[in-house]
Amino acid sequence: MNCDVCKQKPATVFLTQIVDGKMQKVNLCEACSKEKGVTDPTGFALADLLLGLGASQEMEKSTVGARCPACGFSHADFKKTGRFGCAACYDTFADGLENMLKGMHKGLEHRGKVPPRLLKAKLRDEEMKKLQRELRKAVADEKYEAAAELRDRIRNLENEAHTAS
Amino acid sequence: MPIHTILSTSGEWLRGDGPQSHIVVSSRVRLARNLNGFPFPGHAKKTERVSVLECIKPAVESLPEMADAHSVYSQDLSALEKQVLVERHLISREHAAKGLGSAVVMNKKQTLSIMINEEDHLRMQAIRSGLQLKSAFKLIDKVDSELGDKLDFAFHNQYGFLTACPTNVGTGMRASAMMHLPALVLSEQVNQVIQAVNKVGLAVRGLYGEGTEAMGNLFQISNQTTLGEKEEEIITRLNKVIEQIILHENNARATLQQKKPVTLLDNIGRAYGILRYSHSMASKEALNLLSYLKLGVDLGFFPEECRMQVDELFIETQPAHLQKSTAQKLQAEERDALRASIIRGRLEKLPAPAPKSAAPQEPPAKPDDKAKD
Repeated sequence: MNCDVCKQKPATVFLTQIVDGKMQKVNLCEACSKEKGVTDPTGFALADLLLGLGASQEMEKSTVGARCPACGFSHADFKKTGRFGCAACYDTFADGLENMLKGMHKGLEHRGKVPPRLLKAKLRDEEMKKLQRELRKAVADEKYEAAAELRDRIRNLENEAHTAS
Repeated sequence: MPIHTILSTSGEWLRGDGPQSHIVVSSRVRLARNLNGFPFPGHAKKTERVSVLECIKPAVESLPEMADAHSVYSQDLSALEKQVLVERHLISREHAAKGLGSAVVMNKKQTLSIMINEEDHLRMQAIRSGLQLKSAFKLIDKVDSELGDKLDFAFHNQYGFLTACPTNVGTGMRASAMMHLPALVLSEQVNQVIQAVNKVGLAVRGLYGEGTEAMGNLFQISNQTTLGEKEEEIITRLNKVIEQIILHENNARATLQQKKPVTLLDNIGRAYGILRYSHSMASKEALNLLSYLKLGVDLGFFPEECRMQVDELFIETQPAHLQKSTAQKLQAEERDALRASIIRGRLEKLPAPAPKSAAPQEPPAKPDDKAKD
C-alpha cells in the first residue's frame, strides 16, 4: 500500500479519524506524515500497537484516533483489553489489523466454514473481486472488447447483490 | 433437567472409553460465534447482554441435540456449582465469573455445552472421551449450522467469523486434547516435546487452559491459529501431532520399563503408599500421585479393574467435587483431610503395585542357585 499523498513511497503511518460521525482513513509514508505535521506520537497508538512496533507501550492513552461508529469502542480500549467492541470494529480498525493478524495466524483470508445462508453472498463477492481484477488488466492491455464484457458481468452481479439484500 | 442431576452424574467423556484413552483423556472442540448488531459481551451494557441472552437461549434450547438439556442462568448457579462445572470442563473459568446476562446450556450426556455471553456471545463446545477430535468437531459443527439458520452470526467475507479477540477470528475454533504424559515428565523429555509442539504453531497448556499449571502430568494441546486454514485442516494437523506425542509417550514408557524399572516401580510404589496412608492431602499432590497410579494401571502394575476407581478419583478429589458430596463449604484443612479419607477409602482394596511380568514368571533358574541346593 502506497502513501496517499506522494503515491510513491510505501505507507507506514495509517490514520483513521472520525469527523462529524464520518470515518476518514489516511495512509501516509514517513516523510509525508512529518510534512503534514502528523507527528504527535499519541495519535498513533493504534497503528503502533497493531504493527507491533512496541512503541505503543510508551504512549499515553490516546484521545485522538479511531472510534467505532457502531459501538463507540476506541483504540485505547483495544490497547487496554486486546479485544474488540463489536463486529463493526473489524472494519473501523481495518488499517493495521492485517499486520496484527499476520503475526497471529496462518493466513489473512478465512478458508473455513461459511454459514450456509451467507455462502452465496461470499461467492458473489469473490467473483466480483476477480472480475474487477480482470477488468483492470483488460483496460491496461487495451483489450476493450473484453473489458466491456467484464463490465457487463460486474453490473449483473451488482444487480443480483442488490435484489438479494 | 435440574442442575443437581447434571452435577451428580458424571459426563460421558469421564468414562474414559474412547480410542487411545490411556494417554488422551478427552478431546474438545469449541466454536466462538457472535451476533450481528450487538456489541461483544465485554463491551456491552447489562441490558444489551440480557437481550442477546434472551435471543440466543431459546434458539439453543430448541435444538434437537438439546432436547434433554439443562439450561441455567449464571446468577442461579452457586459459586460451588459453577466450580464443579469448571472442573468438568463444561464451562470456562471466565464464564464461572459471570452473573446476570449469561447462561449455560448442557445436554444430559454432558458432551455438549453452550455458554452464552462468555467472551463472545456464543461459545459452543463438544467434548468426547479419548482421541475423538473429528467426531467432536462433527457434533459441534452440526449444532453451529442449526443455530446459524436461526441466528444472524457476525461473518466477514475476508476474516470469517468475527470474535471479540482477534486471536480467535476466522473459524472461531479451538480444538484441544487433554493428554496424560507421565513417562515424558519422568524421563525429562516433556519440555522438548512442548517446544517442538510450539514450533509447529500449536499451544500446550495446563489442566484448566490458558495460564494454568500442568498438574497430574496432564497437558492440553490445542491449535493456536484460527485464520487462513479450514477447520478440517487444523484438526488433521493437530491429530498428527497428538499421534506423535502418543508415540513418544509410549516409547518413554517402554524405555523406563527396560532401563529404569526400579525408578519406575519406586515412583508408583511411593504414590501408592502415600495415597493409601496419608491423612491430609492437597488437590495438587493428589493429582500428581494419582497420575502415577494411572500409569501403573496402564503398565499392568495394578489390575485393569481398578482403572475406573483411579480415573474417578482424578475428578472426585478436585476441590468443588469434594465439597459437592459433603454439601457444605469446607476450610482448606478440612478439605485436605476429607480428600485423604476419600482416597484411602477408595483404594483400600487396591493391591500393591507389581510389574506385570513378575507374577507369572518362572523362578530364576540360575545354575549357581541350583548348585547351592
